[in-house]
Amino acid sequence: MAKITMTVNGRQVSGTCDDRTLLVHFIRENLGLTGTHVGCETSQCGACVIHMDGLSVKSCSILAVQATGSSITTIEGLAKDGELHPVQAAFRAHHGLQCGFCTPGMVMTAVDMIARHGSNLDEATVRAELEGNICRCTGYHNIVKAILAAAAEMGGARQAAE
Amino acid sequence: MYQTNYHRPSSVQEAAKLMSGATEGKYLAGGMTLIATMKQRLAAASDLVDLRHIAEMKGITVNGRSVRIGAATTHHEVASSAELGAVCPAICALASHIGDPHVRHMGTIGGSIANNDPAADYPAAMLALDAKIITNSREIAAADFFTGLFETALDDGEIITAITFDAPAKVAYQKFPNPASRYAMAGVFVARRDNGDVRVAVTGAGSNGVFRHQGMEAALAGNWSPDAVGNVSVDASDLLTDLHASAAYRANLIKVMTKRAVAAA
Repeated sequence: MAKITMTVNGRQVSGTCDDRTLLVHFIRENLGLTGTHVGCETSQCGACVIHMDGLSVKSCSILAVQATGSSITTIEGLAKDGELHPVQAAFRAHHGLQCGFCTPGMVMTAVDMIARHGSNLDEATVRAELEGNICRCTGYHNIVKAILAAAAEMGGARQAAE
Repeated sequence: MYQTNYHRPSSVQEAAKLMSGATEGKYLAGGMTLIATMKQRLAAASDLVDLRHIAEMKGITVNGRSVRIGAATTHHEVASSAELGAVCPAICALASHIGDPHVRHMGTIGGSIANNDPAADYPAAMLALDAKIITNSREIAAADFFTGLFETALDDGEIITAITFDAPAKVAYQKFPNPASRYAMAGVFVARRDNGDVRVAVTGAGSNGVFRHQGMEAALAGNWSPDAVGNVSVDASDLLTDLHASAAYRANLIKVMTKRAVAAA
C-alpha cells in the first residue's frame, strides 16, 4: 500500500491506496471528487483530464503514487466563491455541451490551452489542441466557440488588469 | 493492472540500485506507454522505478550548435524550447505532434527512445541527427542503438540519462499520421550538414523499425532539392504491411514525406 499526500484544489489531502491505483480512481473514490470522469480509460478520450503542477494530464494514465507530492486541480477547483470560471461560463453561454460527459475534461483542457496560448488562440489552434479530447455527441463546433470566447474574455480581463 | 511496487529515486545511481534489487522491474518515465500496457496486463512489472524526479536527467542545454537534452525532458518542454528551436527547429516540431497536449506534458524523450516503438517519431530524429544516447554507463551512437521492433542496445538495468547531438545546418521532419491514432505511417527526418553530409531516417514504415535510406541520402547529397527524390526507388520488401497500409503504399509515402521534408528544411 502507498501513502498518498497531495494538494487537491488548494486543500492538503492524504490517503492510502495500492501502488497500482490510477490517479483518477484515487480522486473519484478516495477523495469523492466525481467530476473527473472515466471514459475510455485507454488515454484516448480525455474525460479524465486534470491539472498536475499546472499542466493538463490524463489522470487515467498516471498512478496515484506518481502524483504524490504534487498539486492537483480538478473541475471542482475551478469555480471561485460561487462564480463559474470564465471557461465554464463560456461553455454554458455557447451551449458547449450536450450530454456533458466529456465536459469536465474539455473544460480542464481549455483552461490549460488558454494558459499556454493566451488570447492569441485561433480556431485552428483550438481544434489542434483538442486532439486528446473526444466528444461523442460530436458537439465540437460549440466547444470551439466557447473556448475562443473564453480566451478573448480572459485576455481582455488580463489587459484591463495591467 | 497486476500489483506492483513503486519507487521514487532522486538520483540515477539510486535508480540503478533499486532496479538491481527488483525481480522484474521496469523504469517508469512519463508512463504514457508503460502504464497503458500494464493496464492491459500486457506488461507486469514487479517494481516501477520512477525517473521523473531526478534533477540530473532534466533540461535542455544548447551551446553553439551542440545540444544536450536530459532523458526525462518532456515532449512539451522540447516542443516549447526557444533555445532548441533556434538551432534545430525540426525536433521541436516533431515533439509538438506527439500524442496530444496531455500526453506531451508527461511523455519523455528518453522513454520514447528506450521503448523504440516502430511508429514513434524520436528514433528517426536520433538517427538523422547522428545523436549519441548517453546512459549511466556509456555513450551509444544512435546508429548502434535501435536494434529492432521495441528492441534497443540497452542492457538490463541501464538508464538513458541524456541525448546529445550537433545540430545540422538544415533539418526537417514530415510524417503522414494514421488518421485515427496519429502514429506515423511513414515519418521522415532529413538533415544536411555544411560539409554536405545528408541523412534520411524513416520511421513508421520499416518492418524492423527505424532505418536510414541510403538511396535518398545519395540522391540528396548530389542535389539537395525535392526533385532529386523523384527517381529514387524505395524497396517495399522490407516495409510493414498492416491494416493501415500496404508496404507499397508506405514506400510511396516515404518518397512523398522525404520530398516534403526537403522542401521544408
